[in-house]
This record gives sequence, structure tokens and C-alpha cells, in this order.
Amino acid sequence: MSLLFDAVLCLLLLAGALGVVATGAARAAVIAFIGYGLLLGLAWVRLAAVDVALTEIAIGSGISGVVLLRCVRALPATPKAPAPNPLLRPLAAMVSIAIAVALGAAVLALPEPAPSRAADVATALPATDLGNPVTGVLLVFRALDTLLEKVVLLLSLVGVWALSRDPACRGRPDPLSLEPAPAPSAFLARVLAPVGVLVGLYLLWAGADHPGGAFQSGAVLAAMGLLLVMGDQIRIPATQNRGLRLMLLAGPFGFLAVGFAGWATAGVFLGYPPGAEKAVIIAVEVAITLSIAVTLGLIVLGPPAGEERS
Amino acid sequence: MSALLVLAITAPLLGLVPLLLLGPRTGERAALGMLAVNVAITAGIAERVAQGGRALGYAVGGFAPPLGVGLRADGFAAAMMLMAALVLLFTGLFAMTGPGDMTRKVNARGSAGMPSTFFILLLSLACALNLAFLAQDLFTLYVALELLTFAAVPLVCLEGKAGQLSAALTYLLFALFGSVLYLLGVVLIYGLFGTLDIAHLAGLMAHGAGGWTAAAALALMSAGLMAKAALFPLHLWLPPAHSGAPPAASAVLSAVVIKAPLFLLVRLWSDLAPLPLAQVAGPVFAVCGAAAIVFCGVVALAQERLKLLIAYSTAAQIGYLCLMFPLAASSDGPWSALAWTGGTLHLVSHALSKAAMFLAAGLIAETMGHDRLSGLGGVGRLAPVSVAAFGLGGLSLMGLPPSGGFVAKVMLLTSALQQGSWWIATVVLVGGLLAGGYVLRVVVIALQHPDSDLPDVRECRWRALIALALAFGAMLVGFMPLSPLPFLEIGRPLTWESVLP
Repeated sequence: MSLLFDAVLCLLLLAGALGVVATGAARAAVIAFIGYGLLLGLAWVRLAAVDVALTEIAIGSGISGVVLLRCVRALPATPKAPAPNPLLRPLAAMVSIAIAVALGAAVLALPEPAPSRAADVATALPATDLGNPVTGVLLVFRALDTLLEKVVLLLSLVGVWALSRDPACRGRPDPLSLEPAPAPSAFLARVLAPVGVLVGLYLLWAGADHPGGAFQSGAVLAAMGLLLVMGDQIRIPATQNRGLRLMLLAGPFGFLAVGFAGWATAGVFLGYPPGAEKAVIIAVEVAITLSIAVTLGLIVLGPPAGEERS
Repeated sequence: MSALLVLAITAPLLGLVPLLLLGPRTGERAALGMLAVNVAITAGIAERVAQGGRALGYAVGGFAPPLGVGLRADGFAAAMMLMAALVLLFTGLFAMTGPGDMTRKVNARGSAGMPSTFFILLLSLACALNLAFLAQDLFTLYVALELLTFAAVPLVCLEGKAGQLSAALTYLLFALFGSVLYLLGVVLIYGLFGTLDIAHLAGLMAHGAGGWTAAAALALMSAGLMAKAALFPLHLWLPPAHSGAPPAASAVLSAVVIKAPLFLLVRLWSDLAPLPLAQVAGPVFAVCGAAAIVFCGVVALAQERLKLLIAYSTAAQIGYLCLMFPLAASSDGPWSALAWTGGTLHLVSHALSKAAMFLAAGLIAETMGHDRLSGLGGVGRLAPVSVAAFGLGGLSLMGLPPSGGFVAKVMLLTSALQQGSWWIATVVLVGGLLAGGYVLRVVVIALQHPDSDLPDVRECRWRALIALALAFGAMLVGFMPLSPLPFLEIGRPLTWESVLP
């Protein structure tokens, strides 16, 4: 039964990927891409990687999908680009197939069972009082990677802001729509947002011991914020707002502060105070979630339009 | 364990807080301060490595590799870090001040210093570069490359012009393509060995483990790094991106940003890959490098704009490092050590001279209002210091004494001749001639009698002196003895023994 399910899933994934590539219209291709991301999430569930599945659906499909849809709307309806060389498509297809086959061969040649650090992590995890080994790897054993990935996220927002017409990056991003929100959107925002925020907070809280965590939770919270913006329930914030900037910095620099504090409490950078590991780790997760939610939301909203003259 | 390694990565990031929370003036002063602190930290690391004669290490969080992430500074890494920190500090000083005066007008884009976003990106680059030089874990290195990409791409389009945006987009696509290839290789390596720590991997691979899959993984990672380093034939994104950016941005992009993927290529093939595999791969890199030197050198000769000429020259000069691969891997004798020193000195001297040349070109363009070579006749009268900085930086590209480029190229040439690689020796000489052609062409035009009346402006003397200082730095490297530098051999081959407690 599960074999049949997996086979159908694989076929659907292939069909979804083909659909994304073959669809001519940009909007249809983006929608196919969002669907493909959901299927990919299912595949990760089948591989028992629930954390990856949640992230794939929340970021790879959800937030990226919204960004792509915004791009499609900004593009002219009829592209002016000349038709590509008719030989280009078959050539690209052949190169892609060759790469896929080569990668497949390389993956199949990997040793079985795969060597991994899972045993080391399982041995060292009890000392941290965490139940979810993924959280253990992300926030304890490879905390440096996670800390710096948060800086990458902040930098991608800086990159978006750099496209602003105002060199000092002030003002509010342009509204997502010029018309007032239709009544159904406003209703949906009012009904769905509280539930969504609750789901987001649950993902964060559960992350210490079960699948879930800062990134998934942050993405859900960002989506709820965008929903409220689209439903005209909250106003897009101005980017120079001191509180907003503090929320952006809370995650990476709160984590960095904990890292420095590790010298005092544990004698090593990014060490956690013995006995209070879990409490500090959860505090770091909360700060990171806040920053991820705000950063992702602002990335979708785009560059600020400059200081308002009021 | 040396805390300096952690500070090298984290201290530059601390400068982001005032930039994002306080006003631009305070933020930029703090940023410059942190860049100076970064120089002090990297100098401290280099000094300790030289004093102790062994590598420094740090196990982050107290978890030793392979479970945790390790940082390690050997002589090679320390030299590169110090070079990058110096270039970033000088460029930051250059970007602080507007033309003509030292009091900058806030928000007057183009006419005043760079916006504060530039300093955010500069500090992030400092962190990314230090991480790329120090990290010993293939995935942490991926994070370093991502940091580098996301700090470098916005530098190209800071002014928001249409041409810059399309150049930045091409750069982004190439860089992300490189990231994906690199990550694919990392995945294969983890599937093969269950660890990503370079020292552990080198030990496993030395015994021939991994077979063709390991070779394929290394090839994928190398292709990704080549795309990020703009190595021929993946150089197409470089000229528009580096020539279109503002001068201070061009200087860091050409001088240090592409050096990190090149450094990692050397790490992969000198420290990670087993010697037999490196001997197979070496000639492939050398052919790419030779093609870059000849092809991009010829294209540089044909350029009509000063900044494009310098950008093509960057694409050509990257090739010299690639000539080092077969020479350094061919045998374990003193000649391969000489090639290794030559390649590293070339990285350092090219960084200093190219930063000087891009800053000088920016000042020349600012003085004349354009950078078309045909209209630059006599610019030497308006911008003497800038033209001098350009010419002195060019000495290093041509490989004339006294310059770091001369020492580096003589070392590569000697090593190639001693090992019987005549074609590599020929390419080194041809590349020098081509560089002579395009550098002297600019200098001759600048010193000509002007065709028409020159505008009544002067170069910004203070900033021209910064460019000149960088050019002198490239010349100072030329006073190195012509022998393998023991400092660069400190801490090789890679091991955690006696580095971590």
C-alpha cells in the first residue's frame, strides 16, 4: 500500500515538475510551482523528515509562492522577448535529463546504510534536555551555522531594501493592492489570523521536543501578518520604525549575545549555561522566530517607497 | 583554543547594530571602527600563527569536529584574512568621504559618500570572508558562500540604474547556480563519509575511499566555486557586474570577493583531495586558467571604457592562480612549494593592486564625468595621483619589478620551467605582455597632451592617496624573497591534533 502511495507520489512529482517547466503562462507556472512544493513536502513526510517537510511547504511553497505571484503581477502581460531558438528547448531538456541520470547514479552509489552523525547526536542530546534531535543540531551542535543563516536572512532583506529609491531606506513599502480590500479578504483575515497565529506559536513551542521550530513558526506568523495586510486589518509598517528594526535584529543579535554569554557561563562561545540549557535555547528560538516572521513579511512587501511628505 | 577566531567572524557583525538602529553618520563611523578592529584581529591571528609556528583552532560550543563545527587558522588562511581586512578598511575609508571635501552631505546620492547600506554590506563581507578562510566544515563553508553572495550582489546595484540591475541579476543567477552545485557536492560527500569536517575527510579520502562518487562530488563543488569566482568559461557575469558597480563596490568585488571561492578551490584540491586525484584535476584547471589569461586579456585590450578594461583584466588575472594547481600537485619537492607560494602571493598582490586600480578609475571617471578611454587624453594633469595609483597597481598585473605580481609570476615561471611545463611558462609570459598592453594603453592616453580644454576640476586628493596606498601595498609584496615562504606552510597538512585540546 505504502509502495503504491510512494509510486503515485513520485509520478505526481514528475508531472508537477514538468507542469512548471512546460506551462507557458507565468502565472500558471507559479501556481504549478506552489502545488509542486506541497507534493515535495509530502515526499519529505514519507522520508520521515517532518521538519524538512514543514519548512519546504512553509518557505519553498508558501512564502516563495507569494513572492513569485507578486513578481508575475508586476511583469507586463505580454512579454516582449523574442521567441527563443527552437533547438534550445530540446537541448536544455537533454542536458537536464543527463544531469538527473548522473545524479541518480551518484546517489544510488552511496553506501548503504548511509554513514551519519545521528548516533553522536543521540549520545550528546540528553545533556541539552531537548527531545527533537533536529533542534539539537540546529541550536546546539551546529549553532554557528544557524546563527549565520539568520544573518543571511537579514542580508537578503537589506538587498531588497537596497532597491529602494530612497538611499536611506525609509518609508513604507508600496501597498500590495491599490483598491481597498474586498469584504471576503477582510473577513478571512479577521477569522483566520488568530487561528494561524496560534498554529505558529504551537509550532515554535513544540519544536523543542517534536517536529517544528523557529523557521516553520516564523513563516506561518509572517503569512498571518501578510494576510492581515491584505485584509486591510493592519497598516504596512514604515521601515525606519525603531521597534521594527529591533525586531529584525532580535534574532541574530540575541543569539549572538547568548553566544558571547557562553564565555561567561560555559567557558566557550555558543555554549549554554549548564542546567539552564533548555530555557536559554527556547528564549533564543523565540527571538529567532520573531525576526524570521518580520523579515520574511518585509521581504514579500518589497522595498520602501521613501519618506512620506505629509 | 583561540578566541580571536570567533571574534574575527562576529566582531564585524556587531557593526550592523548601530548602522540599522542609529543615524547614518554614527553608524558609518562605527562601521569604520569595526573594520579597523577587524584588521587588528586578523593581524593578531597572523602574529600568533607566526609566533607559535602552528595553526590556531576553536571548537564552537565546545563540541569538537566532526559533531561540532571547528574553526582553524593556518598560515595560508591568516595571510588571506589580513589582506582582505586591509582592503576592506581602505575601501571603507574611501567610501566615507564625498568628492572634494571630507564633510559628506547625507542622502545626496552620487555626489556624497556611499549610502549606509554599503557599509552594512561591507561589514557582512568582512564576516563572510573571515568565515570562508577559517571554517573547516563543508557546510559552514556553504553558509560563508551564501553570506558572501548576499552581501556582494546588492553592491552591484546600489545606485539602482537599469544596467546595474540586470548585471546584478545575472551575477545572482550565476552565484546561486554555483551554490546549488556546491551544495550537491556537499550532500554526496556527507552520504559517502558521514562527516563534513575537512581534516577528517582528508584522512578518509587519502586511503582511496569514495571512488568515483567522491571525485564527482569534488567536481560538482569545484564547478560551483568556479561560477562564483568567475573562472573561465563561467566568467560572463563578471565584466558587467564589476564595471557597473560604484567604484568602492567594484574594488571590493574584484579584489576580495572572488578570492574566497578561489581560496576554497585551493583548499579542496590541496588539502582535501588525495594527491592522485589532484594530479588529474590540476591540468583541467590550468587549461581554464590559461584560456582566461589569453582570452580575457585580448578582450581587455579591445575595451573602450576604463572600468570594463579593469574588469576584464580581473577575469584574466584569476587564471594565474589556476596555473598553480598542476605545479603545486605535481610532486612534493621544493618546486611545488614555490608554485604554492607564488599562487598565494599572486592572490594577495592582485587584491591590493586591483582595489587600487578600481578606486583610481573611479576618481578619474569622477573628475572627467565619464570613463571612455578616447576622451581621457591628458587626465594625468587633473588627476596625477589617481593615474599614478593606476600605473603602480598596473605594474603588478604586468609582472614588472618591484611588485608582488613580479615575485608571484617569477615563482610560477620558475616552478613551471623546473617541472618542464613549457606551455604554462609561455602562458605566464603571454599574459604579462597582454597586461602590459592594456595597462600602458591607459597610462599613455592619460599622459598625452589633451585634445581639447580640460574641465576645471581636480581629483579628490585624499581619496586618491588611499588608492595610492593600496598600490604601494602591492609593490611592498614585491620585496618578498624569491623562495617558498615558510609562513604559508604553517599548519599544513590539515589536522586537529595539537590544535584543539
